Amino acid sequence: MNCCLESMSQPTISREVVVGIRQGLHARPADLLAREARKWQSRIELVGKAQRADGKSILELLTLAAETGTRLVVEVTGPDAQEAIEAIGGLFDRNFNEQINGNDAPGETRR
Amino acid sequence: MKFSDFVAVDAIRSDIESDTKQGVIREIAEALVEAGKIAPGELEGIVKAIMKREDLGSTGIGRGVAVPHTKHPSVDRLVGTVAISRKGIEFESLDGEPVQLFFLLVSPPDRPGDHLRALENISRQLRDEGFCKRLKASQTPAEIEHLLEEADHHGFVS
Repeated sequence: MNCCLESMSQPTISREVVVGIRQGLHARPADLLAREARKWQSRIELVGKAQRADGKSILELLTLAAETGTRLVVEVTGPDAQEAIEAIGGLFDRNFNEQINGNDAPGETRR
Repeated sequence: MKFSDFVAVDAIRSDIESDTKQGVIREIAEALVEAGKIAPGELEGIVKAIMKREDLGSTGIGRGVAVPHTKHPSVDRLVGTVAISRKGIEFESLDGEPVQLFFLLVSPPDRPGDHLRALENISRQLRDEGFCKRLKASQTPAEIEHLLEEADHHGFVS
């Protein structure tokens, strides 16, 4: 009971993000996102048009099949929500870092 | 997208022998060569490209599942297959679990949407724990094929 009241009293904060990666939210950015999300205590969800995904699960994030240009809402609930949403939003703002922005295919990239 | 859109049934393997990441990837890629889905002369290049992608970050997506993949100009459509390792392979997955179930994908360089939809299909189906367990427990390639068909037709959507 206590836990429920507690979580109910935690406000949810949200912000919109846009998938800027040309390849969409594929395995590697999903991995980076889940790793970042797991650093925080708060519950982190990504909400697409048809469904929501647990931000801490790569498997769930991949079910969003978010192509480039897709708008998603990040919803964060918990004690460190503010820091968490900034960190998660930052990943999208930075396109999950440039090295993956262009390509997920070492077979055709030259490094 | 359905499993039948990208899984080469002749290349399905129910008992991978290798116990290293590279060995497993090679074994699965060889199965795709035997099934006529990738050209024999491209095998080395494809294995190398998949390993290079793994170096960027493991494709272990949790629940004992990995999706090793690459783009490669030698294929003109998305090809892939499924393989099971009985013992499980250390794959540096986020959840730390060894990987038993592999979906290997090779896609043409200009089709990121197809790749994304294949990943979506795999992850959506495997979110169902029952399906995931039954797949891992399959004893023969035919059994795996039937489960994939079942998922395609009825869905295991929870």
